[in-house]
Amino acid sequence: MNKKILDSKIPDGPIERKWDIHKNNIKVVSPANKRKFNVLVVGTGLAGASAAASLAELGYHVKTFCIQDSPRRAHSIAAQGGINAAKNYQNDNDSVFRLFYDTVKGGDFRAREANVYRLAQLSTNIIDQCVAQGVPFAREYGGLLSNRSFGGVLVSRTFYARGQTGQQLLLGAYGSLMRQVDLGNVELLARREMLDLITIDGKARGILVRNLISGEIERYEGDAVLLCTGGYGNVYYLSTNAKNSNATAAWRCYKKGAYFANPCFTQIHPTCIPVSGDYQSKLTLMSESLRNDGRVWVPKEPGDKRSARDIPESERDYYLERKYPSFGNLVPRDVASRNAKYACDEGKGVGETKLAVYLDFADAIKRLGENTIRDRYGNLFEMYERITGENPYQTPMRIYPAVHYTMGGLWVDYNLMSNIPGLFVLGEANFSDHGANRLGASALMQGLADGYFIIPYTIGEYLGNETLDAVSTDDAAFKESEDKIKDDTKKLLSMKGKRSVTEFHRELGLTMWDKVGMSRSEDGLKEALKKIPDLKEEFWKNVNVPGSGETLNKNLEFAGRMADFLELGELMALDALDRKESCGGHFREEYQTPEGEALRDDKNFAYSAVWEYQGEGKKPKLHKENLEFEHVKLTQRSYK
Amino acid sequence: MAKGIKLHLKVWRQAGPNEKGSLQAYTLNDVSEHMSFLEMLDVLNEQIIQEGGEPVEFDNDCREGICGMCSLVINGIAHGPQKRTATCQLHMRHYKDGDTITVEPFRAKGFPVIRDLVVDRSSFDRIIAAGGYVSMNAGNAPDGNAIPISKEKADLSMDAASCIGCGACVAACPNASAALFVGAKISQYSFLPQGEPERDRRAVRMVEQMDEEGFGNCSNHGECEAVCPKGISITNIARMRREYLKGVIS
Repeated sequence: MNKKILDSKIPDGPIERKWDIHKNNIKVVSPANKRKFNVLVVGTGLAGASAAASLAELGYHVKTFCIQDSPRRAHSIAAQGGINAAKNYQNDNDSVFRLFYDTVKGGDFRAREANVYRLAQLSTNIIDQCVAQGVPFAREYGGLLSNRSFGGVLVSRTFYARGQTGQQLLLGAYGSLMRQVDLGNVELLARREMLDLITIDGKARGILVRNLISGEIERYEGDAVLLCTGGYGNVYYLSTNAKNSNATAAWRCYKKGAYFANPCFTQIHPTCIPVSGDYQSKLTLMSESLRNDGRVWVPKEPGDKRSARDIPESERDYYLERKYPSFGNLVPRDVASRNAKYACDEGKGVGETKLAVYLDFADAIKRLGENTIRDRYGNLFEMYERITGENPYQTPMRIYPAVHYTMGGLWVDYNLMSNIPGLFVLGEANFSDHGANRLGASALMQGLADGYFIIPYTIGEYLGNETLDAVSTDDAAFKESEDKIKDDTKKLLSMKGKRSVTEFHRELGLTMWDKVGMSRSEDGLKEALKKIPDLKEEFWKNVNVPGSGETLNKNLEFAGRMADFLELGELMALDALDRKESCGGHFREEYQTPEGEALRDDKNFAYSAVWEYQGEGKKPKLHKENLEFEHVKLTQRSYK
Repeated sequence: MAKGIKLHLKVWRQAGPNEKGSLQAYTLNDVSEHMSFLEMLDVLNEQIIQEGGEPVEFDNDCREGICGMCSLVINGIAHGPQKRTATCQLHMRHYKDGDTITVEPFRAKGFPVIRDLVVDRSSFDRIIAAGGYVSMNAGNAPDGNAIPISKEKADLSMDAASCIGCGACVAACPNASAALFVGAKISQYSFLPQGEPERDRRAVRMVEQMDEEGFGNCSNHGECEAVCPKGISITNIARMRREYLKGVIS
């Protein structure tokens, strides 16, 4: 029964041959027929832009939608560090298998082996593709590509373009997309927000979007819909996501029947610039490379009010070095984040808000000289100073963890298709490759693999096999959905309550951060499951959304997203409560080793939790996709 | 926490593209020095909402200086007073108690106002569509290391490629020229062998599209470089001219 509901369609055969075997077996649509298909691509980040461009290159008609004023602004642009690929250019014994293994282990054994293996295989094609596009990767004097190391791995496989790798990769994909716009193969619809998925005869056949300038609801029909709308980190209000990043498109698909997998798997990045006050609107990440030379510490005594330089060496606690002597400051992201929280919970936090720890470069500067440190991290130090007004060459940086990425997302099979036929989900919006924790420099890899090299093949299996009758935007399904959206909009605008959307969002964010954040407990999650629905009820009675629905109205946009975050937050808490183990970014206080580390329960929880919407006010239904590990051995992660 | 500063704001309000706009005065009584400029505007908007008004619309997204969506002319300077800093990365510690700050949209024929401080920069997309890429389909690429490129050229290409497409160059230029934006993109590919086959065509098409969008000509004021949050050099404009000329006569 379960197997039929969740058919992952993983091909038979040895793992290194699965993708080839699959490609040989799936349908190819003839060039003449490709012209007859309309594909709607929502989102223009790495996954969306690369998918839209590649499908248009193949001859499909593509309409592409983005929420910003230009596709080039999607939040992939903000990725700093780099992109992994198993090129083994450094002759350091890297391989597809090693990248695969690192990714499965890094994900704490909660991802599908076959998907991750394919990702590792395709990683090398991505670098070739991007170089050919003219992406100016860093190079050595000999003219060949340069690599650097990233957290959690033993080889040097990360390709980068200064601290702006995401920007350069996205501009490459954006260029390819705009070329197809110029050729007339892609219609670009900017400043549009997807508000609903239209299903006809059980298949994804269209979307409704709001034109963010005129406020009009527009209808678009298509033969397939690609959701490339990113993650849901903004459910926490404060995160490293962009202000417009949201979960609405994915959430509305969920409410139309698409399954949502592992919603509680979220990544908290340890090195972000701390919150400075209530007005804070977002958090800024500092590259994890800083932990190579910076030492993390807090004062030994809680409540110590002295400035950092007045605290003598003997009264400091370099807690990561103390607790993890072999990995020290370079423990993985989840471990570093949790320990910063513990230090602050004990009252040892630093700075005005006491919600920060020091990242101190004094020793590195003494050892290597200020110039070397400037060479390595100059731009990051500059950014830190711009934001905080403090000079990190003289005073230690203050850092604190922040929500950064969501591993969970809509469930997809090996073809990246959701359980709704014709609805494909790519990039961070799906759940497939990173398990319970994503390794650094792997998000860019996944977005581009999905868009350039997977969907152009797997979409053929759907479009080639299905008989798709023509649909019209006059279909009742469009009207019904549009009526509902208009009702909701009217309601939001007419309530004229006492609290702004931002106030609600902040309150939800605080609950999510406290109860469904770095450390979760049964009591806390149960509390969240009470608080969130209460807040939702209050929201629909007491929110104040100014302005009208017929103009550009960002408060109205945010109000719609907020309504969805309230529901998604509840599902995240439910999923976290249900997963009675700790793994990766999901740390349940009840399940830890005697040393306080995450304790997995492979016997009972080696599955992806896949949730099915059952209707307003009803508990969603849980399906389990069991994960089988044939090529990696399940081990307890240890960093002592 | 220490009490913040008091600020007087004059903010451009315009209901729609064809409406008449004007500067409206607002006062904020408690602005923390740690706020970013956009967070200060968030606080203003919350205040306006509390008073029953309609908040000021302004574009923004990543708020870490890379997406290029934020804009604003602050006291007459695109992206405000701090060098090499986008509005979202400008912090209020650069202002003092009692200051008056005028906030206006980027103004140019090529950037029509949509509402308040939000402008339409789709002209930039159309310029990129005219040639800001290497024409290659996915799947055609040779091995990444099959095309060696000297570090010097790769670095120069990256310098030009770091443009965030915000349009401050246009807003600052007395001629509302987009030459720095276009020059940066043409330059990025001019340093790379991948850009070679389409070099002439790219320069000609992009420059022609720039003209068609209603941007003015460059007359070497250098205001664009001065406000560019990424410090893109005007040498890229000289290079654009050479590439264009070469393209036209070839």
